[in-house]
Amino acid sequence: MSADDVSRAIRRMAHEILERNHGADDVVIIGMQTGGVDLAQRLAADISTIEEAEAGSVPVGTLDATMHRDDFGLRPVMPEALTEIPVDPTGKVIVLADDVLYTGRTVRAALDAIHSYGRPRAIQLAVMVDRGHRELPIRPDYVGKNLPTRKDEIVDVNDEGVDLGDLLGEGDIT
Amino acid sequence: MSPTIAITGAQLVDESGTREADVLIADGRIVDVGSGLAGDINVAANGQVVAPGFVDLHAHLREPGDEEAETIETGARGAALGGYTAVVAMPNTSPAIDSAAVVAQVIELAAAANLCDVHPSAAITIGRAGEQLAPMAELVRLGVRIFTDDGAGVQNERIMRSALEYAGSLSHLADGAPIVLAQHCEIESLSRGGLMHEGAWSSRLGMPGQPAEAEELMIMRDIALARLTGGRVHFQHVSTAGGVAMVRAAKEAGLPVSAEATTHHFTLDHSVCASFDSVFKVHPPLRTAVDIVAIKDGLADGTIDAIATDHAPHTSHAKDATFADAPPGMLGLETAFALANTELDLPLEEIVALMSWRPARIAGIDTRHGRPIAAGEPANLVVLDPEATWTVRGSAMASRSANTPYEGRELRGAVRHTIYNGELVVQEGTATR
Amino acid sequence: MIGGERHLLSMADLDRDDIEQLMSLTASFAEVGERSIPKVPALRGKTIAWLFYEDSTRTRLSFETAAKRLSADTMNFSVSSSSVNKGESLRDTVETITAMGVDGIVVRHRAAGAPSRVAEWVDASVINAGDGWHQHPTQSLLDLYTAREHLGDLDGKHVAIVGDIKHSRVARSNALAFATMGAQVTLVAPKTLLPTHFEGWPVNVTHNLDEVIDDLDICYLLRMQLERQADAVVPSLREFHTEFGLDVRRADRLGDALIMHPGPMNRGVEIAGEVADRPNAVITEQVANGVSVRMAVLFLLLGSGLDLVDGRRAAA
Repeated sequence: MSADDVSRAIRRMAHEILERNHGADDVVIIGMQTGGVDLAQRLAADISTIEEAEAGSVPVGTLDATMHRDDFGLRPVMPEALTEIPVDPTGKVIVLADDVLYTGRTVRAALDAIHSYGRPRAIQLAVMVDRGHRELPIRPDYVGKNLPTRKDEIVDVNDEGVDLGDLLGEGDIT
Repeated sequence: MSPTIAITGAQLVDESGTREADVLIADGRIVDVGSGLAGDINVAANGQVVAPGFVDLHAHLREPGDEEAETIETGARGAALGGYTAVVAMPNTSPAIDSAAVVAQVIELAAAANLCDVHPSAAITIGRAGEQLAPMAELVRLGVRIFTDDGAGVQNERIMRSALEYAGSLSHLADGAPIVLAQHCEIESLSRGGLMHEGAWSSRLGMPGQPAEAEELMIMRDIALARLTGGRVHFQHVSTAGGVAMVRAAKEAGLPVSAEATTHHFTLDHSVCASFDSVFKVHPPLRTAVDIVAIKDGLADGTIDAIATDHAPHTSHAKDATFADAPPGMLGLETAFALANTELDLPLEEIVALMSWRPARIAGIDTRHGRPIAAGEPANLVVLDPEATWTVRGSAMASRSANTPYEGRELRGAVRHTIYNGELVVQEGTATR
Repeated sequence: MIGGERHLLSMADLDRDDIEQLMSLTASFAEVGERSIPKVPALRGKTIAWLFYEDSTRTRLSFETAAKRLSADTMNFSVSSSSVNKGESLRDTVETITAMGVDGIVVRHRAAGAPSRVAEWVDASVINAGDGWHQHPTQSLLDLYTAREHLGDLDGKHVAIVGDIKHSRVARSNALAFATMGAQVTLVAPKTLLPTHFEGWPVNVTHNLDEVIDDLDICYLLRMQLERQADAVVPSLREFHTEFGLDVRRADRLGDALIMHPGPMNRGVEIAGEVADRPNAVITEQVANGVSVRMAVLFLLLGSGLDLVDGRRAAA
């Protein structure tokens, strides 16, 4: 998936968010730290452009759900970055944005975390890549690309687009 | 009649020097020194050293009162394993050794153990409270030669003066031997609350300190009182460079003073307290590297007459506390020779002198201990292997307690055999009774 | 690295990187404290015991709040309600508590080194909540965090620690803490309130507060124990206030330098009552940040899963 493909997919998702919510009123986009922050900002920018509104008209926040994870004790866990929820989420539509949807556990943690800030009217999920292998009953509302993978592969979303690599490192099998 | 014992092939070390000879022992005495000797028991000691048995001027045997930490029997066994044939038991028991009854009890228990001579010292003041003199004459008649309030110093100058004068009047009850007042030198108004040496480490660790001056001031005071009274003062566990210098000057001035240093005060410094391990808590406290050098110099030039242990057993229950709450004191009897042999840059003859005949004279027991190795002398001897190395294990000690600060440390120099009253009480490093 | 240590016993165990890591973690937890539900499940299922041998309402409450915000279970062992008064040894007490299954023990004790001893005897993580005159590392961390919020990087900043330094675990902890972060530390007290030896301390020492007051970025005041008068270490509290107290005149000379105090304050002794309420006095912020710092410490030691693996740290 090239960088242009990614841009087009984000633009499509922005349209879908507007269509589904009948505009951008009450929409708050929250990027998951750290991979979803870029997607959240780009979605917000595209929505503003489409709505011919000022840049920054859609509130964008960040969320680190580390402290709500369910895998404490299974692997080292450290918060990666700050959480910043720009508005009281109560009564809003929160669009959670992340780069890759995989087991769904991070999203579950994020749903849990969001509720410690307030009670949104709805929470929706936007992901750049859905690679499958869900372990929880969670499904995305907006998907950039469905990308079937094996469990031993890694998906890398970066400025150049989306790559599928091998767990042993950057596509090189050693 | 006990079996005769021949020790063969060893170097004999006594006050007259070192030579190689066999020693034959019978009926509690040395009966022959020469070559080609044989007995009922033959101890081959080639490459080893035979010396007069050691004398410790300073051991806490805890009985009566704290038999969970040590008894006279277990303490005497540890002493024998450490090469001692005589120890002076400190009077800070419960009740304190300040009456004829307690002295008699200690002597009786020691005789029953029959592992080494245990000479009770007695308190200078009743209950070691520093106020009223103990019945010194009565206690001297029972054999007490050293008086001390050890654990505390006699704080009041007038009482100390009086004690020196009175004790100085009792030699006629002791076959002319001097009666010695042994002082734990610590001015309590300066040291009170202090857990360790006051210095860089106490400052850093936030522990109240005892300044060196708390010891030095009392040494200075007692030197003055020795001059005033002519009384015999012995300075216990000298731990400071200033204290060593004052004792040296007093001796040069011809005053009747003597001094001991403990093995821990010339092998450990206050930095070990950084672990907060209460095994390192002791009074007087472990001092600085400078003090260690001064003590070693004092041992080398004769300022300090004797190496003592201040063997102070405490149960693990008592020591499993914070540094502040744990009682002071550490084991010493079973490691003393090895520590001196490992850490002191002195010829073996000097180490034996510091551990045998010099303390024997201070304790007034030099008719039985610290004697020449010659026919007719009492057979209180130790056989040493100065080159053997071993690792200290508190749990392996004869003491009822295990509070050695040297756990895991490898030392050079081992006690192979101890002969007490002509009998092998320690054979091949193991107590026989 | 603290992540490789199971315990937090002394600021001497932390280098600058460790402290930086804790500061950024503290920022994450400060954010949690601002949520409408300031609670995360990070330590769910973990049990923390409070082993407080010395009264300390503030530190106890701060740790308790931190633990609750992390969803840990807590168990309180206070001296008055325990068998300590029945002569039980510290080790027996600690082993009894650990037998009930605890992951962390927070120790406050009047004896220096008590937490170090406890750490020798247990598998649980031990956190020093103040030991005698020795150390109070979580106080130092919250002080650093508070100072950095106002001053940014502390490199080259001048901190005076003023008052009863000799009997203060906060002074010993903070002298190390501020110096580790690059600050210049000056201790200000009469000799009776200073430790006797300063070899190896990264500090300057003066007996004259007026000599340094114009140059300070932080004026850190220590609590003066009122009973010190009886120990003959100061002639009177009034004289102490005159010579070493932060009165209005000296506070004016501080400009906007921070005024800090570990609490509880003796107004009118180490600090004039009015001075404590100035905008540059950040004493209540210190208390607020205490909860976030203690969350960071508890989380790092008990929840992060960072530990030694074959002598190395597991990959984060």
